[in-house]
Amino acid sequence: MHTDGYRDHPVRSYVLTGGRAHPTRNTLRPETLLRAVDDGRELPGTAGRHEQALLRTCRGTLALAELAAYLHLPVSLVAVMVSDLVDGGYLAVLSTPVHDLPDTDLLEEVLDGLRGL
Amino acid sequence: MGSADSEPRTAHHLAPTVARSVKVLVVGAFGVGKTTLIRAVSEIPMLSTEESITTASVGVDPRRDEKRTTTVAMDFGRVTVGSDTALYLFGTPGQRRFWDLWSGLADGAVGALVMVDTRDLAQSFEVLDQLEEHTRLPVAVVVNEFPDSPRHGLDEVRAALDLPEGTPVVSGDVRGRPQAVEALTTLVAHALDLRRAGNAAA
Repeated sequence: MHTDGYRDHPVRSYVLTGGRAHPTRNTLRPETLLRAVDDGRELPGTAGRHEQALLRTCRGTLALAELAAYLHLPVSLVAVMVSDLVDGGYLAVLSTPVHDLPDTDLLEEVLDGLRGL
Repeated sequence: MGSADSEPRTAHHLAPTVARSVKVLVVGAFGVGKTTLIRAVSEIPMLSTEESITTASVGVDPRRDEKRTTTVAMDFGRVTVGSDTALYLFGTPGQRRFWDLWSGLADGAVGALVMVDTRDLAQSFEVLDQLEEHTRLPVAVVVNEFPDSPRHGLDEVRAALDLPEGTPVVSGDVRGRPQAVEALTTLVAHALDLRRAGNAAA
């Protein structure tokens, strides 16, 4: 399989995240739900175009993996940017991560939901 | 409202009521139908995301200090269940090293739906072994009925794969949404049974 269209080189990723490989929080998962905070505050002019695009894309609720897919960037890189934007109050984490197995309430709701499809 | 989006693809946002998410891993060898099943169930067009792996070449000409970067793609989809929960379906090959590319991919998952092709049962052994060795995920097996698949009874498949007692096995042509949803339902029901029985707790 060829994925020649993939534009982000590891060196470039490193520059985009200010040289950091890991997000400031480790609770972000591919399915973690995110949404831009709608308080009229603008990103500082120093913010990169990827941060701007990230917030625009996240005006409605999306999971981290969806955000990465729309931005054509790796999840690992987007997680670093998301962490910074959450720390800065521009982006909100809506879902709490499930540890180990989801609880019975959640599983029952998913089961009912699937049966209703 | 419907304003032109400057992003390359218009994002399919979740309903504002959705504030919980949960995931299932759709696991299987290449070509077994993971993408087909995800596409059948997903409420959004299939998405894909890539991570890169850098592999240093070992034992080759030292003048050519070559590192090769390859990318690995993961296809996924989403379906909203009930009013406030998004279910994500992440399609992954069986190898553990692959999951490790996506931090936290297996953590907190409802379970793994293992897809099996009866024309090549052997390739499913590694997938099932890896799941058993490296995770505590509830597992359900779905036999994808390709048009030219030999028809085996599900008990035969169970025996051939040496599945633990209690692991559900279903079969169907997962191009159809009802069959794909049925396979997922089987997995979630199994996860719920295990949770209730306390077998899967710490």
